[in-house]
Amino acid sequence: MLVDIQDLRIAFEGNGKRFEAVRGVNLSLAPREKLGIVGESGSGKSLTARAMMKLLPPQAIISATRMQFDGVDLLTRSERQMRRIRGGRMGFVLQDPKYSLNPVKTIGTQIAESWRAHNTGSRKMAREAALDLLEQVMIRNPAKVLDAYPHEVSGGMGQRAMIAMMLAPDPDLLIADEPTSALDASVQAEILRLIDALVERRNMGLILISHDLPLVSHFCDRVSVMYMGRQMEEIAAADLAQARHPYTRGLLNCMPALNQPRETLPVLARDAAWLEETPL
Amino acid sequence: MLSDFRTWALDDNANSRRQAAWGRRYRVWLALKGNPLAMIGLVIIVACVALAVLAPVLAPYDPAMQELGNRLAKPSVAHPLGTDELGRDILSRLLYGGRVTLGMVIAVVVLVAPLGLAVGAVAGYFGGWVDTCLMRVTDVFLAFPRLILALAFVAALSPGVQSAILAIALTAWPPYARIARAETLTIRGTDFIEAVHMTGASSWRIVARHVAPLCVPSLIVRVTLDMSSIIITAASLGFLGMGAQPPSPEWGAMIATAKRFILDQYWVALSPCIAILMISLAFNFLGDGLRDVLDPKQS
Amino acid sequence: MNTMIDVAGLRIAFGASEVVKGVDFNVARGACFGIVGESGSGKSTVLRALAGLNRDWSGRIAFEGTPVGLKRSGAFYTKVQMVFQDPFGSLHPAQTIDRILSEFLLVNRTGDIDGRVNRALAEVALPPSVRFRFPHQLSGGQRQRVAIARALIAEPEVLLLDEPTSALDVSVQAEVLNLLADLRRRLGLTYVMVSHNLAVIAHLCEHMGVMQHGEMVEQLSTRTLREGGATHPHTRDLAALSLSLETVDAPAV
Repeated sequence: MLVDIQDLRIAFEGNGKRFEAVRGVNLSLAPREKLGIVGESGSGKSLTARAMMKLLPPQAIISATRMQFDGVDLLTRSERQMRRIRGGRMGFVLQDPKYSLNPVKTIGTQIAESWRAHNTGSRKMAREAALDLLEQVMIRNPAKVLDAYPHEVSGGMGQRAMIAMMLAPDPDLLIADEPTSALDASVQAEILRLIDALVERRNMGLILISHDLPLVSHFCDRVSVMYMGRQMEEIAAADLAQARHPYTRGLLNCMPALNQPRETLPVLARDAAWLEETPL
Repeated sequence: MLSDFRTWALDDNANSRRQAAWGRRYRVWLALKGNPLAMIGLVIIVACVALAVLAPVLAPYDPAMQELGNRLAKPSVAHPLGTDELGRDILSRLLYGGRVTLGMVIAVVVLVAPLGLAVGAVAGYFGGWVDTCLMRVTDVFLAFPRLILALAFVAALSPGVQSAILAIALTAWPPYARIARAETLTIRGTDFIEAVHMTGASSWRIVARHVAPLCVPSLIVRVTLDMSSIIITAASLGFLGMGAQPPSPEWGAMIATAKRFILDQYWVALSPCIAILMISLAFNFLGDGLRDVLDPKQS
Repeated sequence: MNTMIDVAGLRIAFGASEVVKGVDFNVARGACFGIVGESGSGKSTVLRALAGLNRDWSGRIAFEGTPVGLKRSGAFYTKVQMVFQDPFGSLHPAQTIDRILSEFLLVNRTGDIDGRVNRALAEVALPPSVRFRFPHQLSGGQRQRVAIARALIAEPEVLLLDEPTSALDVSVQAEVLNLLADLRRRLGLTYVMVSHNLAVIAHLCEHMGVMQHGEMVEQLSTRTLREGGATHPHTRDLAALSLSLETVDAPAV
């Protein structure tokens, strides 16, 4: 197992009140497997991903009966050890490249820095590695982008550069948190196809976090559906059309569709029973 | 009674405009209460203001009463902080001096904050030549060192508390205009202002009722942080003989006259120094606390 | 045909760069016209020019046959209102819902503020208890309902919708789309809706214009689109993409 998480809970404490934002999430991911975590805002999907990298604000309390990455217990790792895992063995692609790339450094410098942090080699080697990585993320004119600043490239290009940066240390797992929701639909599909191809070629595991259930189902083997901190169901992407859980069904149903006009859209009826803590 | 107010104010389902407004104020107060430094500052300020207001009741002597036989006396039971070069009781002068000094500061703020807010918000919202004109004027005032300009002003008018207030106010407003303008520029293009525009509201109404209130928190913070420098400017003017005129007790003027014997009779200068230090520090603490509570960009 | 909105030769430039290069369309009274396009296509800019929020346009914009100028009167806004994309940014952060909703009534000196605010809240299915709350105390869907209520309180005839659901969760999007459809039926409103989501446009609108690089490359009815009658390649691309992403069991694009 590349990732094995049992009964993950994330709580926040403040003003004497305790609020559990994630309650009892189980995830497992085999090498080369692609898992989608889908949920609406407040479902705890991003918190779950960040907990895996221990990138949560200090007031968050993480607990789990098991939280392992490739056999390594993440719960007991120190911040120093985590730093080597994060960005080294796990890559993390964030939603908006505008905010995750450093605006005052060229894209090439940033990728080279990321490469040198985890490889040994000269400045020149790092630059060549960066060029190679930009080619791998299908940037048409990699030499030009290498010397460009983040604001000089489009959103899709920035996200490609971000992915290139994450690939530099040759990670085993790529976590992508809404990697395309800031982009146009056509670019969105391109980026996801690129991620898909890279994961395949490099034998990585992929955890794709998104609010868009149909989109995720195209690019993942399994989909885990979350709602208000609870896992509603986990289902093979291919079986999504036959999903049982009313929440999953509701999510799929309430989207307007081009090919089936409807007078009114079915509204999702939420059930408090979904949030009760019964084993899945 | 208090707990009734608490539950009423913190009710998420407020039933009236008044309840919603009080709920908001109460939450700000709760947040401020959680900041010990800000509370220390607030307590000191409230205490100083109370002491100054109650000076006629509290002061053991008339601040102008001279007792030439008892000049420059050390602190004693009769004169807890000693006496000055004319045998006047320093404690009484300190209490009355608080009225002058704090009064000057408050007068300056009352003049400066609305002026700066108005200039900044109007310049920022209307842009174009209005902005250019107003900001160049602001730049002119900003370019002069505060104390020198104040000195020139006081010299041109006549030395005294009123001219000192006017002089400090004239030199203190430009930073407020700058802050208000910067805030306004970020607010101006937001959707919620466009939405107000679509009610057909006039530009003046938008500036006054929708833009300016959002600039107020950062101005309040700036005011409290500025208080200490206003006090120091007021004291400096007093020290240079351009502020409050003798025999009126003013902290800066008190230090100024005490400078002649600062080495031998240090206590004469010491107590107004400590008073200025304390009140400046208190305003700084409160300002820092208010910034955490009020500034939306911090949260 | 009773034309509500008539736009002809609309050009909008920011400085030297022209972002809208001559757009023509008209919308019948009570109809819903969708403008679909990717980011940077100029679709939102067109809508803002209609709303009078953009002063850098040239061409002709007419409501009910009367051309409007760069600056709009107060009377114009009793007829035309707008709902913005981001429900977090379109409500004044320091004002209660009551204050936000009553602004139009205060500006236009209409009476019965209490009654009209309560009616507007009921219209968008919000409980009266939200009236004295602040925007940050509401969920995204509730905020967007408040934004719709603010537009409705003017009792407009035209509602301009700028991506009204793209910042919302899909389940909330369904509720807001239903509300918008219902309001149009009941109040006889005319909509112009801008969105990047073709399925959302097709759900609400009978006609749409497809924008690309500042030009409206095709205008067609939703029925034509569904029947595969789109002629411009960009429209076909958008439709193919939308179809491939809305079905869960279709093969990956």
